[in-house]
Amino acid sequence: MNNTYSAFDIIGPAMIGPSSSHTAGAVRLGLLARGICGGGTAFYPNILIELHGSFAATGEGHATDRGLVAGLLGLPPDDDRLKDSLKLAQANGINIEFRKVDLGVNAHPNTARITYLFPDGERLSVTGASIGGGSVVVREIDGFETELNGELDTVVFWHMDRPGFLARVTGLLACIEVNIAAIQTTRRMRNSEALTIIKIDAPLPPDCMSVLRKIPFVRRLLAVPKLP
Amino acid sequence: MNAYATAAEMLALCEQEKISISELALRREVEMTGLSREEIFAKMKTYFQTMRASIRHGLEIRTPSTSGLSGGDAAKVFDYAKSGNALLGEDLTRLVAYSCAVLETNAQFGRIVATPTAGSSGIVPACLVLLEETRGIDEDKLTQALFSASGIGIIIAGNAFLAGAQGGCQAEVGSASCIAAAAIVEALDGTPERACAAGTFALINTLGLVCDPIGGFVEVPCVSRNGMFAVHSWLAATLALAGADPRVSLDDAIFAMRDVGRRMPRELRETSLGGLAICPGACKSKLKN
Repeated sequence: MNNTYSAFDIIGPAMIGPSSSHTAGAVRLGLLARGICGGGTAFYPNILIELHGSFAATGEGHATDRGLVAGLLGLPPDDDRLKDSLKLAQANGINIEFRKVDLGVNAHPNTARITYLFPDGERLSVTGASIGGGSVVVREIDGFETELNGELDTVVFWHMDRPGFLARVTGLLACIEVNIAAIQTTRRMRNSEALTIIKIDAPLPPDCMSVLRKIPFVRRLLAVPKLP
Repeated sequence: MNAYATAAEMLALCEQEKISISELALRREVEMTGLSREEIFAKMKTYFQTMRASIRHGLEIRTPSTSGLSGGDAAKVFDYAKSGNALLGEDLTRLVAYSCAVLETNAQFGRIVATPTAGSSGIVPACLVLLEETRGIDEDKLTQALFSASGIGIIIAGNAFLAGAQGGCQAEVGSASCIAAAAIVEALDGTPERACAAGTFALINTLGLVCDPIGGFVEVPCVSRNGMFAVHSWLAATLALAGADPRVSLDDAIFAMRDVGRRMPRELRETSLGGLAICPGACKSKLKN
């Protein structure tokens, strides 16, 4: 039998309490949403956070709201500014609205949907779950099904479903010897909008992003750093 | 090759290489991650320092938590320890205070290290810091003892569970007591076999512990339970160091913990649907808030 647990799965993580799933996991989910939205490079002042299941029921006592916002602000799970994150967001001119919702029986009990509302009326939504011990998984980006867990560096492509798209991307990555751990593509329908997630073993060199953006039919491209 | 999945395999490797559990766990981590021994050790050492800081922080708490369900008890126990009249003697009373302190820190948004979970994060730090203070064991050796704890913890994680939602409190506080007892024994230069005996004594005497915290908050009974089960770890280490025989192996104890966890009703596994969570007083105090 194989045992792949690390010493730091038993001792750690260092975190701000009170709960590894409801607090530390919430921070990590916020961090992933921040990465998927473009991180610190952009300033998006209006955010809607919808809480489902146990996140809605016991989230307040476990500071799930403050944890999510801490992550959205880029704070790691053991940053003690977590308890003041709502005020910190306000001071930075970010408007955050919370709602309790029912995302259906298939949603994990600890699920949050984070929607960025852009000034031009566009939206970007990230739905993720905290699945225990601080581990998280983003299940959906803009309605596209995903399995993004932040354990590795990830690049996310919003693109059109066209023949040869993946070949071009992987070809380019091969040229600079980037090792791909996993690829996931989902599309609305044939020939329409699609989303591709590529998990890689090391962060991409920054100059490589501008080249990847030149690939035909890429609408949007982001590098999501792996979680702390 | 330093891979193992059971306590029996772990003990065989320790015997073969003539090394401690902590040394095996450290070698295994180097092999698994490709990181250097120094990097891994340094990370664990910062965790130990965070644990110590979480105790100190908790002993300063005098105000109630947001829920009002905890706050200030660790400080009271600490004062009682120094009173010269403590029922359990000064040192062990301090042990109780330290373990409660971490959980109070946790309940008030302070920084802690999950060992193995946030809800059981007081026991291992309290035991190690008491060893530091009463036996003069240095930081490096206590960091090493955290690898004894993790070395046994991975066996529990692989063969049973560490989450209250899966196995009840026996999976959290039971596991924490087990790995703390083993860590105490290795910190005092006990053999790997005695460390496993200590872990076994701790685990077979926590079987059946349910997870039913009031209001779903990690406070009642979690704060006092961490305090009390730190002493439980100390007692388990005492039995092992005295040479007592638990009569079952650590693997059997872990098997039993998993069996009990699987038979435990959902209402008593961190759902706030049974036990203390639904007692009339708990419902009343919830209404007040």
